Amino acid sequence: MDVLSWVYSSMDSSLRLAVPLVFAALGGIYAERSGIVDIGLEGKMLMAAFAAAATSALTGSPMLGLVSAVLSSVLMAMMHGFAVITWRGDQIISGLAINFFASGLTVTIGHALFDMGGQTPTLSNDQRFNALEWPGAQWVAEHVPVLGSFYHDVISGHNVLVYLAFLLVPVAAFVLFKTRFGLRVRAMGEEPKAADTAGISVSKVRYQALIITGVMCGFSGAYLSMAQNAAFVREMTAGQGYIALAAVILGKWRPVGAMLGCLLFGVLSAMETRLQSVELPIIGEMPTQLFSALPYILTVVLLAGFIGRSIAPKAIGQPYIKER
Amino acid sequence: MPTPAISLKRINKRFGPVWANRDIDLTVMPGTIHGIVGENGAGKSTLMSILYGFYTADSGEIAINGKPLSIQSSQQAIDAGIGMVHQHFMLVETFSVLENVLLGAEEKSLLSKVLNHGRKALQRIGKAHGMEVDPDAIVGELPVGMQQRVEILKALYRGARILILDEPTGVLTPQEADRLFEILDQLRSNGVTVLLITHKLREIMHICDQVSVMRQGEMVAHRRIVATSTDELASLMVGRKVGLMENKPSTQIGEARLTASGVHYTDSRGIERLHNINLELRSGEILGVAGVAGNGQSELLKILSGVITAQQGELHILTSKGEQRFVANESRDARLFRQLGVGHVPEDRLKQGLVPNFAASENAILGYEGDAKYGQHLLSTDNIVADTKTMMASFDVRPAIPELKTANFSGGNQQKLIIAREMMRQPDILIVGQPTRGVDIGAIEFIHQQLIKARDEGAAVLLVSVELEEILALSDRIIVMVDGRISGEVMPSQTNEQELGLLMSNAASTIRETLEVTLPEEVSP
Repeated sequence: MDVLSWVYSSMDSSLRLAVPLVFAALGGIYAERSGIVDIGLEGKMLMAAFAAAATSALTGSPMLGLVSAVLSSVLMAMMHGFAVITWRGDQIISGLAINFFASGLTVTIGHALFDMGGQTPTLSNDQRFNALEWPGAQWVAEHVPVLGSFYHDVISGHNVLVYLAFLLVPVAAFVLFKTRFGLRVRAMGEEPKAADTAGISVSKVRYQALIITGVMCGFSGAYLSMAQNAAFVREMTAGQGYIALAAVILGKWRPVGAMLGCLLFGVLSAMETRLQSVELPIIGEMPTQLFSALPYILTVVLLAGFIGRSIAPKAIGQPYIKER
Repeated sequence: MPTPAISLKRINKRFGPVWANRDIDLTVMPGTIHGIVGENGAGKSTLMSILYGFYTADSGEIAINGKPLSIQSSQQAIDAGIGMVHQHFMLVETFSVLENVLLGAEEKSLLSKVLNHGRKALQRIGKAHGMEVDPDAIVGELPVGMQQRVEILKALYRGARILILDEPTGVLTPQEADRLFEILDQLRSNGVTVLLITHKLREIMHICDQVSVMRQGEMVAHRRIVATSTDELASLMVGRKVGLMENKPSTQIGEARLTASGVHYTDSRGIERLHNINLELRSGEILGVAGVAGNGQSELLKILSGVITAQQGELHILTSKGEQRFVANESRDARLFRQLGVGHVPEDRLKQGLVPNFAASENAILGYEGDAKYGQHLLSTDNIVADTKTMMASFDVRPAIPELKTANFSGGNQQKLIIAREMMRQPDILIVGQPTRGVDIGAIEFIHQQLIKARDEGAAVLLVSVELEEILALSDRIIVMVDGRISGEVMPSQTNEQELGLLMSNAASTIRETLEVTLPEEVSP
């Protein structure tokens, strides 16, 4: 394998690994910009991953799987909203509850439905989202040097959710900074009282933001079980919800920044598998555990000063209570 | 006779057993400035909240411009042409002026169209009423007076023809306040109706056409300004005759108790809060510290009471209990200061002065709980309660129930409890921050008397207050703070609010800063 194709295939797998993080991070941005801490990204992703795989396995339709993933995730987001918006509960506790709830419920239902120890049956290719070959990719790869194989290896050949994830990044930036809805969401996160006195319902906007968060986590979960893998496995999110949250903070609560954070984490996890038992000059064999730990180490190190202060929305985590 | 802009009839509102508003009648004519005065807790804010749709009245009628209306939400109030400028601004600090003005009044879902249209409208409104503001400035970076203007513009942009201002001058320098009154005057001549809620009677006399006085949830009087006086309004507010301005006897000023030299303090965010503070506090004097809130007074209070440590400079304390010199960066704590006889009445009574959920008796010994008479290892409840009773009796804390939760006392009584706690030990030095903030007139009078009494008994009192009247009435000497520096020292008998205001404003500090640029200064790490 020559160096170029190694680089391209690494980029390719970095992209794929970043996709669930990008969806979840976008979801996190909507929630947190509206003033709601959402550590329940993880739970929503897990629930969605299960709903997607289970529905697709039972119906044979990946589209129905996706719909079911989104619905289940939105439902969980609404539970979070009910606890923290309507009843002004603690946002961290509610998020934790969501995570525990999802972790238990997916296995329980999975066991009841399929009796495979909490897993879902392996999905066949027509029950999944499959790679889309771009027009002329093969021809270009063979005839255009360097850029041709970039087009073939990195740009082309992903499933529809990958493209959706990266498309939703500029969409989120536009919605948050160029639309009335975005202005209101950001106001909720900074000074909900100001929005309230301006005649905007704080609860309504926060619920709306959480619905979007739910949809995003739905996509993320569906990608995990129907595109990246071909089944639901218990705890398959494995902390990616938290990594996405770290990317949100690294990206200073901005969609593009968060996406870059996700890509960075994507590269790290790609390296984890690719550098496994590879002899590097001077260093020798790299322990893969180092790569597993790197996202967390990086988050701490980067936040500790390399990217400058990351200032959270001012009203984040505080339930909104009208005076008295 | 024209139709009244606002007409309230028999408005009632109860919170549990408390009548916040009882049979309130109010008529405000269009194009006038109508003042509403009353002590804290008199029900002014509740009444305005009802008018602005925050609360719904239990009973009563509201008519705006002659039309009966039931106002259930802020949006309905806005639709009826009512705008409100809150005491604590309702602004998103990270947004631009324009975004703040548009928030909630954006007519289209895409901002680019809204912003263009809004910018023009904002400039037009600003010009019409004589208050121009840069639409693209970030609100958090504007001075307070400007932020208030944004609040007013926000209301006008929504088509407000009735403007409610809640304690608008609390955060302003006298000059900024004067500018605000000019704006209000301009608004009045443009036909806007203004409701001005304040406890500052001079402002009412200065700008209003009419005034209504509230006391304990009831409307006690309506007066035309030309037919009333500050004295009459003050008596109406408290229900008896009061004299707010104490005649203070001249005093014997003794030796220096507390000396601060070259104190610099930079906070954890790297902002310099105090710059080269030098002051001397002598026994038998009240040293007033005047200034707009947020110019370093809070940090000064904390340093002088040992709560925080300055990075540069020295403190020297000399009391009957001992003498000690504190150098910069040396760790210390408030306990040590207390042992030296430094009493501290913190400026924020609910966050620094008390634990609101504690019983009054527990708060009465807070900071002195280590005293031997309160027990060595187990607290001696009897002694604590007995001492609390003494404090409550001599400082008129009502109700005099030591077991009652502190949060259930009124602001004035909480403050009296703190002052009792600090003064019962007869401290040689008394550091006092905002002693009468949010306190009713009756309690203000009492607290002022106690501070003067402490001084007459030989205490050295440092009084930080944003109320100039208070500073002028009590102080033997006044220093003024701007941007963490002392911008001047004056004698109360030889100054007035205008001169103080000038020292308090940034104008003076700007001049000094330009002078200082030419001087070599040490670079702080």
